[in-house]
Amino acid sequence: MGYPHKSHPRETPVLSKHFGDGESRSLDGWKKRGGYKALELALGMTPAQIVDIVKASGLRGRGGAGFPTGVKWSFMKPGDGKPHYLLCNADESEPGTFKDREIMRWTPHALVEGCAIGAYAIGAETAFIYIRGEFQEPIDRMEAALKEAYAANILGKNAMGTGKTINVYVHKGAGAYICGEETALMESLEGKRGNPRIKPPFPAVSGAFGQPTTINNVETLVAVPHILVNGAEWYKAMCLSNAKSTGTKLFSVCGNISKPGNYEIVLGFPFKDFLYDLCGGPTAGRRFKAIIPGGASVPIQTMDEAEATLMDYEGFVAQGTMLGSGGVIVFDDAQSIPRQVARLTRFFAHESCGQCTQCREGTSWTTRILDRIVAGQGTYEDLDTLLEMAENMTGKTICVLSDSCAAPVVSGLQKFRHEFEALITGKRSSTVAGGSQTTAASAKLSVGAGA
Amino acid sequence: MSGHAEAYAPVFVGKRKEEITELLKRYPTKMAGLLPALWMVQEDRGWVSEQAMTEVAEVLELTAAYVKGVVSFYTMYHQHPVGKHFIQVCTTSPCLCNGADKVVNAFLEHTGCKELGITSADGKYTVIEVECLGACGFSTPVQINADTIENVTPDKVPVILAGLK
Ligand SMILES: Cc1cc2nc3c(=O)[nH]c(=O)nc-3n(C[C@H](O)[C@H](O)[C@H](O)COP(=O)(O)O)c2cc1C
Ligand code: SF4
Ligand code: FES
Repeated sequence: MGYPHKSHPRETPVLSKHFGDGESRSLDGWKKRGGYKALELALGMTPAQIVDIVKASGLRGRGGAGFPTGVKWSFMKPGDGKPHYLLCNADESEPGTFKDREIMRWTPHALVEGCAIGAYAIGAETAFIYIRGEFQEPIDRMEAALKEAYAANILGKNAMGTGKTINVYVHKGAGAYICGEETALMESLEGKRGNPRIKPPFPAVSGAFGQPTTINNVETLVAVPHILVNGAEWYKAMCLSNAKSTGTKLFSVCGNISKPGNYEIVLGFPFKDFLYDLCGGPTAGRRFKAIIPGGASVPIQTMDEAEATLMDYEGFVAQGTMLGSGGVIVFDDAQSIPRQVARLTRFFAHESCGQCTQCREGTSWTTRILDRIVAGQGTYEDLDTLLEMAENMTGKTICVLSDSCAAPVVSGLQKFRHEFEALITGKRSSTVAGGSQTTAASAKLSVGAGA
Repeated sequence: MSGHAEAYAPVFVGKRKEEITELLKRYPTKMAGLLPALWMVQEDRGWVSEQAMTEVAEVLELTAAYVKGVVSFYTMYHQHPVGKHFIQVCTTSPCLCNGADKVVNAFLEHTGCKELGITSADGKYTVIEVECLGACGFSTPVQINADTIENVTPDKVPVILAGLK
């Protein structure tokens, strides 16, 4: 089943198979759909065996960075006498991304199971699912599933009757994109401001509460039960392009497109077919202009680049961008790229935690200059200043939010410079509707975290 | 706003006290109970006052200044009373390119709120713009208190407002 549309025949629904199917939400319903078989299997294995299977599957982190999950898990040393923690990153705040939301809304037990297996595999007795505060429905669904799982002794002191302790809890965030960054999430969980930490130490050495910690995205964790039940070879065989990108991936599609929603495809799927066939192409009378394929943090693609892309980690890089979180943002020919870029940098300026000068100052000045350009008061020097600032914001800060803010600026200027120049010379492109960006609001929004 | 003569009634008594005590067992530190404790305050009182921050600090053995520092970091805790219906419209790019700005204007117009962030004269509504709500495929999503409403367009705004209790 798909949601909000039916699954397309060319999709491969594994994680999203039960989206839109309300019965899969309950423990009974989930068990009827094969739920908790993987956990039973897992608890009969050693943690090391699980880690090896996950490694062999080629599964990579779905939260943005694409780090191999099995390798990450192997950094943990069960039995070292310390409490270990598994954190599930359900902060999902990257503009364009809304897949974890649907996983939690439709298949909450899938995540309970994924967390329980992950916790056991890394020697943790406790897992926290950190869910963004705005996700009240997903939070309620997860709490309900956890309650059922505890009542059925799937979780708790004697998980599934094995004598092993596995606790899974929901922790509700309170509105801060930066808390999706893994170390900021740990700070936030500990009851602090969500300021990212300097690494090293890495989480596997000193993470939540100073203890060895593994953090994974929701989608990463829900893939694991399928891998245990069907085998690493089955997962690895789902691959359309290159052996480094295996399995299925959920892509959230939004912006100017006929059928927005979540789509699950095998990695390596041709992006052109994806956009025009699965997602139905542009809306009536419009043409696609540009795409940000991996959430707001990755560079903008031209349509030539996008249509030549194979949708995997390497394929997006080869076409000037990154897979990121899989949040596909589509802009059509009615949109002004400078206006959209200005709105994106405003987002980053609003969400910067403010620890690093380059980020705190860079995100806010970039936004001011872009707003000026969009208002028709920019100069050519402004374009140079933007690029200089972007360089200063890249690779120099505690976390990569700063780099993320630079990405749409640099790629926007590289690939759509004529639109910025048209605003400067006063020749607004005729295909661009709605030039100036003033909802009463944007002028008022103050900049910086906690605003 | 509450007058200074009004005595502050603590949140963490009775059921709430039990709830926070139970919750703290999940975490190795008391400090980790801070975000959940602040949520309880906001659920009960609608916002987080200075006095509430002092109370939370006592319950969790923190200082009031520390609590305030944390409260101010997160956008969802209200440090002032807000309208009965707190309306947040996503205007980040994926929603902006589908006309989220017009949805904002429709809410301002139909609630009688003169400006973003300023509560309507009858105390019923506060409208703000918010960054990505994680529902970008359903533009424009609007969050009213804890509920997210999907696919909001300007013409639906009067019906949505009429349906609020
Ligand atoms: C600013 C910022 C925001 C992030 N937001 C999220 C998020 O909302 N969800 C997520 O899973 N990862 C997010 N990440 C990535 C995490 O830091 C981390 O890499 C990820 O949770 C690891 O899980 P994975 O290996 O399963 O992908 C973010 C990173 C940065 C720098
Ligand atoms: S780069 Fe920005 S968000 Fe990241 S730690 Fe530095 S100031 Fe904070
Ligand atoms: S951009 Fe509006 S919900 Fe994500």
